[in-house]
Amino acid sequence: MPGAIYAEGLVKTFGDVRALDGVDLDVPEGTVLGMLGPNGAGKTTAVRVLTTLLRPDRGKAVVAGIDVLARPDEVRRSIGLSGQFAAVDEYLTGRENLTMVGRLYQMSGREAKRRAVELLERFHLGDAADRITKTYSGGMRRRLDLAAALVVSPPVMFMDEPTTGLDPRNRQELWDVIQELVAGGTTLLLTTQYLEEADRLAHDICVVDHGRVIARGTADQLKARTGGERVEVVVHAPEHLTVADEVLRGFGKGEGTVDPHTRKLTVPVTGGAKLLAEVIRELDLRGVEIDDIGLRRPTLDDVFLSLTGHHAEGDADDGADDGSAGRADTDGGAVGRQKRGRGGAGTAGADTGTTSDREGVK
Amino acid sequence: MTTVTEATGGAPVRTVRPRGGIGRSVRDSLVVAQRNLIRMLRIPEVVIFGLIQPIMFVVLFTYVFGGSINVPGAPVGDAQAYHEFLMAGIFAQTVTFATAGAGAGIADDMHKGLIDRFRSLPMSRGAVLTGRTLADLVQTALTLVVLAVVALLIGWRTHENLAEVLAGFALLLLLGYAFSWIGALIGLTVRTPEAATSGGLIWLFPLTFISNAFVPVNGMPAFLQHVAEWNPFSATVAAARLLFGNTIAGVPRSVTGAWPMEHPVVASVIWSVLIIVVFRTLAVRKYRSATA
Repeated sequence: MPGAIYAEGLVKTFGDVRALDGVDLDVPEGTVLGMLGPNGAGKTTAVRVLTTLLRPDRGKAVVAGIDVLARPDEVRRSIGLSGQFAAVDEYLTGRENLTMVGRLYQMSGREAKRRAVELLERFHLGDAADRITKTYSGGMRRRLDLAAALVVSPPVMFMDEPTTGLDPRNRQELWDVIQELVAGGTTLLLTTQYLEEADRLAHDICVVDHGRVIARGTADQLKARTGGERVEVVVHAPEHLTVADEVLRGFGKGEGTVDPHTRKLTVPVTGGAKLLAEVIRELDLRGVEIDDIGLRRPTLDDVFLSLTGHHAEGDADDGADDGSAGRADTDGGAVGRQKRGRGGAGTAGADTGTTSDREGVK
Repeated sequence: MTTVTEATGGAPVRTVRPRGGIGRSVRDSLVVAQRNLIRMLRIPEVVIFGLIQPIMFVVLFTYVFGGSINVPGAPVGDAQAYHEFLMAGIFAQTVTFATAGAGAGIADDMHKGLIDRFRSLPMSRGAVLTGRTLADLVQTALTLVVLAVVALLIGWRTHENLAEVLAGFALLLLLGYAFSWIGALIGLTVRTPEAATSGGLIWLFPLTFISNAFVPVNGMPAFLQHVAEWNPFSATVAAARLLFGNTIAGVPRSVTGAWPMEHPVVASVIWSVLIIVVFRTLAVRKYRSATA
């Protein structure tokens, strides 16, 4: 029996670009699939097809047991969608936004109002319920957008990059909400550019590139393929490289790398922050002056590098722009960029290379 | 409503009452119209600027052109005759500005991702657009009331009974409603509110000026007379002028003998309904496949 979200051979082209090039998905009921990929990989296009917003050129899609292409209207009653942009009316209050969505889900006025109150409380928006959402912070708008997607407690949810553009605190808050939701048995398809996010929220992960699923598995399986966490050190002077290498070998769980040109050493480790502290102490003791040190977790870029041999970025400018093809999208670019500087939250190393800066370029 | 997908049972969501057909379409449209009206109240600048322009036109045209334009059948330099002649034209031009409002609103919704949200909801397919055009209709009606009061204050008078005057305003509103569907299509096509505003206004100038709205057609070159008298916009102007009693007895209705000028009321209804049918169909079709 197919899962709550099922797709077979989805193909969608925009001009010359194959945004989806034969995507198969099968998400069992009550589980979370994290769809991981860079900008332009086809994630948004896949979500748009599954949520009835876009007709694929070829392929089959079934959501909540209903054929998406044959009976889109019924699918719409069983899904919630929270997109890349907080799709709330900025001149309506939080309460009015949710009430409107409830009524458009065909609830009675009273029912919609009652549900709005419930959701506002649950998403900690009670105090701001009667303010227009233009005055909300980015995080509040995202929460409201998510609340709007949950008005009917749909059995199947789609979230397209739910934390894009959020600061670490708001991201954390949203993750908590999503985890709560999933604990309640909702089937969720979530797209993200962050391995960390997929790791935290998803049971299964599929990696998408150029409109194709290039790898599937649990977070652990993927990480095993990309080789866990690493300590990365940049020493101040080239003459310190040898000593530093010696120190790192002592802590390493495998073959490290040394790049004399950038004075950077990398070694795979286990033991996290505690180990990092020990490494720092030891380097200090041996008189090694360091410019930068960090614990580096595998990023999307690492996953890509190990799966495809090329970096995640660089590909995004081929124009497969996630369905927003042709959109004169200055906003999207700005939001995307904002998030990217924070891509490395939690790791001291500069892993901003994970995330390209190409959103909305084409 | 051919565009409504029949919604029948089968949905696993408890809280949702399945509905289908016209009932759902009307209800959804009203929900969206309410949303747009709330927005108008919260951004009153838009309504206020929408009022200033036609008021300015009335005052400027009346006092600047009033003494120089000869209305056929009226004494030379009769400013009051021109004022009465002018008002139907100004009213008609004012209602067509709904095009820009609807276009900008829809384009803004597209841009902000709201159209995606609406399209993912189990609502009637035409409701987002119908709701928008209905809200614009309310705004247009409001504008007409204020404009009529200003016009009355500076000397405009109607000479028919109340029912005919109201019928004149009804035709003007119908024209405005029809034009807001053109705006909806523009808004879905251009994708940015700025483009929708200019795209909704630019062609309105030739359309409203090559007509009987501001000057009598008989002063135009012959070929323009034909264009002006077959212009859908002219039909409503002529109809409103007739129903307001702002025509001069004994003057022929048409210069070129164009059918719409001979039967302006019927022609006005036909043109407006035709515009609604064509542009509503195109806009709803566009909406269904809209890609933000």
